[in-house]
Amino acid sequence: MDLFPLWNSLRIAGISTVIIFFLGIVSAYYIARLPRICKGVLDVVLTLPLVLPPTVVGFLLLRLLGPRRPLGIFFLEHFSLRLTMTWTSAISATSVVIFPLMYRTCRGAFESFDESLADAGRTLGLSNTYIFWHIRMPYCRSGILAGTVLSFARALGEYGATSMIAGYTPGRTATISTTVYQLWRTNDDALAFRWVMVNMGISFVVLLAVNMLEKRERRR
Amino acid sequence: MSLTVDIEKRLNGFTLQVAFSAEDETLALLGASGCGKSMTLRCIAGIENPDRGRIVLNDQTLFDSEKRIRVLPQKRQVGFMFQNYALFPQMTVRQNIACGARRNRTKAQRESDVDAILARFELEMFQHRLPHELSGGQQQRVALARILISQPQILMLDEPFSALDSHLRFRMEQETRQIIRAFGKTVLLVSHDRDEVYRMADQVGIMVDGQMQRIGSRDQVFGNPGTRQACILTGCKNLSSIRKLDDFHARALDWDIPLTLPLQKETTALGIRMHAVQPGEGENTFLCRVTDVVENPFSYTVMLHPIVAQEHATPIGWEMEKDLWRALASDMLTVHLPVSGILQLKG
Repeated sequence: MDLFPLWNSLRIAGISTVIIFFLGIVSAYYIARLPRICKGVLDVVLTLPLVLPPTVVGFLLLRLLGPRRPLGIFFLEHFSLRLTMTWTSAISATSVVIFPLMYRTCRGAFESFDESLADAGRTLGLSNTYIFWHIRMPYCRSGILAGTVLSFARALGEYGATSMIAGYTPGRTATISTTVYQLWRTNDDALAFRWVMVNMGISFVVLLAVNMLEKRERRR
Repeated sequence: MSLTVDIEKRLNGFTLQVAFSAEDETLALLGASGCGKSMTLRCIAGIENPDRGRIVLNDQTLFDSEKRIRVLPQKRQVGFMFQNYALFPQMTVRQNIACGARRNRTKAQRESDVDAILARFELEMFQHRLPHELSGGQQQRVALARILISQPQILMLDEPFSALDSHLRFRMEQETRQIIRAFGKTVLLVSHDRDEVYRMADQVGIMVDGQMQRIGSRDQVFGNPGTRQACILTGCKNLSSIRKLDDFHARALDWDIPLTLPLQKETTALGIRMHAVQPGEGENTFLCRVTDVVENPFSYTVMLHPIVAQEHATPIGWEMEKDLWRALASDMLTVHLPVSGILQLKG
């Protein structure tokens, strides 16, 4: 059994989770502070990938990053970088799909924060930086961790957008989900089943982690 | 040592507009919830900014809209106790208190400051606990310790006892009074509980819809609230509008009875506290039907309807000792409204 799809899936999911971890926290933190109308509009736009079919996301990404599109041409000419049909291009697909998960869980966590804690910190002379890192972030830690783990799990299972933008090339862009599809299509049910079990095992562990984090959150 | 506040801030539905000053004493702001009393404290602390005005604490200008002065809350040295105490939930008692320790001291000095205040507040045995593992009274002690270690120039308490059960409330109120006495500087207390205010404050300000309706010494304010709303906030339950007949005679419209008393020029309503009603004779005496008797733990409240009054008239409440009611108990009572107990009100 060639383990490349497992390794490829893990690195794609891992890298996109790291990117979205920071992007999600920063946008959640700043959007929560915007005036109501801006907040409402941005909220809808940023949550859209959550409800759109992944194929639609893939289609839109191809329109944006494809080799004959301005952005695709630009990167190809100046950096000799293909934005589609490589394993790195799958990162853009998974990132777009998981962003709303991270953004929404972080926003929920930030909104549940009791602002009087920050106010109390300020009257006690604590700096805003200290308050952010030692009071606000620990308070929201469980929510942010749960969002991260959930995003990672979703990235691991991404199929639609990934297959459109990265395709299926064994040993180059194959992920667990595209491999399962390919094996099933070529009637290799036994091997497909083994990959299914691998995927289920990982997802089980991840969801267990989310549940434990949420339980810890409730206990506080 | 003093605090001077003269600020204006537009809020949802009304404008907060208050001007007052306080010396080294306890000033209580009494008002219904949402009247702007907490917002006043938040403006002094710098957590919120007024639209206009000036705040000066011990000769240091904290806020001045004309001179564009706006000192950061971090630099104001105000002690602010929040209604829910705002203890940092992930930090132990000791870490919470250390957050308030002054930053211009060495680490060793700060540690000994924390030890000293833990001892003073009898919190040593809880120092490694988290806030949610403490009782309400202990949480309040931690909040006070965390504030006092920062050596504030003023202490501001926002509804300090509202989160406590009634039996704890009494004890914490006593503890807090001692702390205030030892503190010796200006203390601002915000409350909607007139009993608490009466016990704790030297000066009382009554706030209604963002305006300071009355401010003065506790006895002045409770003895002569001045306006109808202020009178209600000081706990007076018998109120009636009046129609003036001449300088000495008025008709109380809600009670539907004539009253004789030297009326002040702007008086438009009268109030009488339930315990100021007396049995007896003389002027302003009425034969009344007893419409209801309410038994309190240590007194009775008897609701009275003067027989000269029409059916729809508002009954007058009379609160009396249990023994007195046992002696008087009857369907009809002769009741005296003494002029000295009648509050003359505007508005």
